[in-house]
Amino acid sequence: MSAAAAPVRPRRNRFLAGARLLLGSPPALFAALVLVGVVLVALFDDQVAPSGANDVDVQQRLQPPGAGHWFGTDDLGRDVLSRVVLGAKVSLQVGVVAVGFSLVCGVLVGLFAGFYGRWLDTALMRLMDVLFAFPAMLLAIAVIAILGPGTTNAMIAIGITYTPVFARVTRAAVLGVRESVFVRASRSVGASDPRLLFRHVLPNALPPIIVQTSVSLAFAVLAEAALSFVGLGTQPPAPSWGRMLAEGRGYVDLAWWIAVFPGLAIVVLVLAFNLLGDGLRDVLDPQQRSALEAARARSGRRRRRTPGRTS
Amino acid sequence: MTDPVTDPVTGPAHGGGTVLDVRDLRVRVDTARGTADIVNGLSYSVAAGETVAVVGESGSGKSVSVLALLGLLPGHARVSGTAAFRGRDLLAMSEAELRTVRGNGIGMVFQDPMTSLNPVLTVGRQLTEGLLAHGRAGGRKAARARAAELLADVGLPDPRGALDRYPHELSGGMRQRVVIAIALSGDPALLIADEATTALDVTVQAQILELVAGLQRERGTGVVWITHDLGVVAGTADRVLVMYGGRCVEDGSVDDVFEAPAHPYTRGLLGALPALHDEDGADGAPAERPDLVAIGGTPPPPTDLPPGCVFWPRCPVRGDERCATEQPPLVPVRGSGPVPHRAATFYGERLQQTEVGA
Repeated sequence: MSAAAAPVRPRRNRFLAGARLLLGSPPALFAALVLVGVVLVALFDDQVAPSGANDVDVQQRLQPPGAGHWFGTDDLGRDVLSRVVLGAKVSLQVGVVAVGFSLVCGVLVGLFAGFYGRWLDTALMRLMDVLFAFPAMLLAIAVIAILGPGTTNAMIAIGITYTPVFARVTRAAVLGVRESVFVRASRSVGASDPRLLFRHVLPNALPPIIVQTSVSLAFAVLAEAALSFVGLGTQPPAPSWGRMLAEGRGYVDLAWWIAVFPGLAIVVLVLAFNLLGDGLRDVLDPQQRSALEAARARSGRRRRRTPGRTS
Repeated sequence: MTDPVTDPVTGPAHGGGTVLDVRDLRVRVDTARGTADIVNGLSYSVAAGETVAVVGESGSGKSVSVLALLGLLPGHARVSGTAAFRGRDLLAMSEAELRTVRGNGIGMVFQDPMTSLNPVLTVGRQLTEGLLAHGRAGGRKAARARAAELLADVGLPDPRGALDRYPHELSGGMRQRVVIAIALSGDPALLIADEATTALDVTVQAQILELVAGLQRERGTGVVWITHDLGVVAGTADRVLVMYGGRCVEDGSVDDVFEAPAHPYTRGLLGALPALHDEDGADGAPAERPDLVAIGGTPPPPTDLPPGCVFWPRCPVRGDERCATEQPPLVPVRGSGPVPHRAATFYGERLQQTEVGA
């Protein structure tokens, strides 16, 4: 009587178990800490920043990093640390809004194309191919040329650029899930198409989309920096890491800190997004996950077996 | 099962008479290698309370033939024929009309309980899906109560607790019980079981067979049981339909078909079964066990069916040049009961005189 004798386990929260597994890997933990830190800094930027973004002090121009100005000052005597802190909000905002835009558009396109197939698939995906055919930066610049420069338009431009990526990732995942027996089974009890799409297909297609989101956040931060660097994104005097990089470029031999600190901020944020994406992929891929769980269990046993050893 | 729900639109679910009547069902699919004729003129009917087994090897078109009834095939499959369910032709229905029948008159159980449940939804959510889609339960709460009843009906321990569990927390047998509960949630007049016990071990299989038989007795459900397991057929079915190459090659009552098979293919299938009850062996000691007889060759690809009898290329009889050019019609052969015994072969009666496997 295997059915009756099977133990009835209490319901386990899969989300919590996944989160524990994710944060158990050092790179992902580091990434999560960095991201939490950046988000906190961006939320409380006014309290964190030692001075305003545009507090000009001409007597303190081009000061090297030191006790008074930890990251030094720029050519107008503005505190670089303050500008990096205040620029975090712009970078995060652009990343989240632009990726959110491409996530919603791309997932919808990929979901419908993959689920319905046939002519709808062809029409939608060829449209995506057209967008994909342009080099990303060129497309973003073209969109800004139409809409005009500025932070908001930069977000739209970046969002459009990354839509085809999400459409493709979603479509590929949907194609696999669509043929599952449970989709057919739920159709056989009379489930409607919207229900099949959003209750059955999408949740099972989510893992690659989540990973793509975290990687795209990194790209979006870079893209905003690049657009601002060439003057098409955030407009002066608002602080933006890309913009600061561009302004500091002229003084690199004289005052390296103006360009290096915003550059480092970009590197750290992008690295954190990428590491988080790697960690998420390991946890969300069922095969990887069971391998990971097995490895953890093994190392846990080993540690228990040799209690005297410290690492 | 306390009181059967009476649907005002479709009438009581347990009426007598014919539940399903399939006539000349054909399914064709255009592939890169030409048109595949997957089901070719299949006709059968299922009466209330009756179990019809459809047997055949992989690729004989048995699954496709039932998926076609509910419109569950991919869009490029071309389906023709008629399939009257309570007097309405399923094959002529629009997608919206079909949705009113799916899970609300016809229930379906799929082969693999490991894949026929959505891994990210709880059992309760999946079980109430059909109830809510057809407005059979007042609201979420009522649907949950009904779902727990259904789980109790299929013999799941702790049905209330099971509602909040995910499929991966259940064993294979428990999952198949859940799948059957889902199929029964619409109080179906017709239950289609597509290899429903193939993925289960024999003990669980026996439990599931017994469960379905019990529910069938209680509710008068007509059952189409698709399988390649002749043991399951012998144990559960009233009538059997043998499919080969998308055609029915033999049908009749289980007793007739097993006692006096007429088609060379059916005879081959039965000859390939190991004999557990050895009639010659005295005092339980197995006597000389005859070798299993395999059927040589492989089934023809559906894109390239032979012009005559579909079984001709593998047939051990092949007595006639007609076999290669002319399709033998399904004609009556010697039978015992009121159910006609028919076979699509020119040699039915003659083969019935000889021993299977000889």
